Amino acid sequence: MIEATGLSKRYGSTLAVDDLSFTVPDGRVTGFLGPNGAGKSTTMRLIVGLDAPTAGRITVNGASYHDRRFPLHEVGALLEAKAIHPSRSARNHLRWLAQSNGISPRRVDEVLEQVGISAVARKRAGTFSLGMSQRLGIAAALLGDPEVLLLDEPVNGLDPEGIQWVRRLLRSLAAEGRTVFVSSHLMSEMALTADHLIVIGKGHLIADASVEEVIARASANHVKVVSPQAGVLRPLIATAGADAEPDGDDTLIVTGLECREVGIIAANAGITLYELSPREASLEEAFMEMTHDSAEYLAGPNAGGGAA
Amino acid sequence: MNVAETALSTGGVHKTLPTPSPAGQFVAVVRAEWTKLWSVRSTLWSLLVTVAIIVGLGALFCAARVARANHLDPGEIRNFDPAGFSLNGIFLAQLAVGVLGVLVISSEYATGQIRATFGATPQRTLVLAAKVVVFTAVAFVVGLAACFAAFFIGQTILSGTTRFPHASLGDPGVLRAVIGGAMYLAVLGALGIGLGTILRRTAGAIAALVGLLLILPILVNFLPSPWSTDIGKYLPLSAGNNIFHTAKLTSSDLSLWVGFAVFCAYAVASLIIGAVLLSRRDA
Repeated sequence: MIEATGLSKRYGSTLAVDDLSFTVPDGRVTGFLGPNGAGKSTTMRLIVGLDAPTAGRITVNGASYHDRRFPLHEVGALLEAKAIHPSRSARNHLRWLAQSNGISPRRVDEVLEQVGISAVARKRAGTFSLGMSQRLGIAAALLGDPEVLLLDEPVNGLDPEGIQWVRRLLRSLAAEGRTVFVSSHLMSEMALTADHLIVIGKGHLIADASVEEVIARASANHVKVVSPQAGVLRPLIATAGADAEPDGDDTLIVTGLECREVGIIAANAGITLYELSPREASLEEAFMEMTHDSAEYLAGPNAGGGAA
Repeated sequence: MNVAETALSTGGVHKTLPTPSPAGQFVAVVRAEWTKLWSVRSTLWSLLVTVAIIVGLGALFCAARVARANHLDPGEIRNFDPAGFSLNGIFLAQLAVGVLGVLVISSEYATGQIRATFGATPQRTLVLAAKVVVFTAVAFVVGLAACFAAFFIGQTILSGTTRFPHASLGDPGVLRAVIGGAMYLAVLGALGIGLGTILRRTAGAIAALVGLLLILPILVNFLPSPWSTDIGKYLPLSAGNNIFHTAKLTSSDLSLWVGFAVFCAYAVASLIIGAVLLSRRDA
């Protein structure tokens, strides 16, 4: 379990993480979502004690990372896949990591096998593709058989087969009761992998909810209407208190009404409809809308003197 | 290493790996640093270059001196230090050792690997200590082999003339000078690690090392006369190099062990500053 309370991190004049509080429980995959620069990587670095928080506290299984002598047994992290000495072999990279935490050398071969890079284990890491480096990074995270896994953008650079593999791996690790905290800026990926989402934008917490809730909460749900009389239908919908935006000559995008209600309005006015279809927002759209709101919210304090 | 066979019980996950005892942490980190040092090819090459310079340059100097034996003036012959003379390759080889010391930590910052290092061992000062132990030990052993080889080859060459003496290990101060050469290189390696830790950038730390060892003495030399020698004798090179020579010390030298202690103080100071910065800075 990972617990953040009032976590903030300031770099010079930039507030990268702003009063963030959340809990990542064990036994499920928690997605950590936000656009680039939202503070995801900073939060990951704070969890493993690489950076010190400006304010607040973050603990893993109740203890601060600094208090551990052999942290790899409890927390495995993939932060930057390419942050490896290029002239050291994959195997030697894992060997020193294992030695530093008293992990047996047998385990090195096990994780190499598990991530599928045994064949290139003796090659210099500098010759690796991004996908192979990601696999090596995941191997390093798994080395100590940790209860808590942190993975920053693990599918970056992986081919479709590799992405599926990561997805299955994360799900099986969570099914074993582990805490899996995985960041991404790809919402579609998170929709398939995560059970729960923590969404941040500009260092703020935007949502801490299940994937379904995040989608449902988005007001981007709408109805698409195609009619040769779109121009006549539009003011009628407005009268009903909903919003209808034209999308080309014959098409309206209606928000605030169900398909059924739009159909009744059209029938009452004798308007011909070619198409009437509900459209559920994708996680992507839900996310865009949420982070857009956060940007607007952030502009507020400057203009309104900190009113929230 | 003492490995406790108890499994971690936090959480519902069945732990398959034994957790080691905390007392073994330093040994574990030293082993990790040892693996790191030897698993990049540049280490072996730099050390081979170090040995080649100490042995090769020493032999070359000795051969040149023997060749000019009949043309030397009496002063040059009277104050000749045959043991120290055969070890003078250290003046160049020190750069290879110092640079390798810098790289022990700066290469980790350059590649970003330092984050894996501190992620695996959050006790950063302990990591620094392990790096110093491993690298100074390696520099000492390699330096010792090189110094003995340079000494014996050098003395064999110097024995080719009767115009001036050559040394044997039993002569006063000679064994100390040969071992002293290895000690000098080991401490220099530690200074390199200290500067690398403080500056984090390879280029900057190498510039600082070269400046401290070679440029600063030139600049201090421009000071008016009592100051230039009073300050000059405390600079690292002049304070430290007498340990691998057996020539009589002059008034512009610190006494032998005081000089070496001053030389060590540079390395210790750089490591203390480095350790403080390491704990305070974000990685």
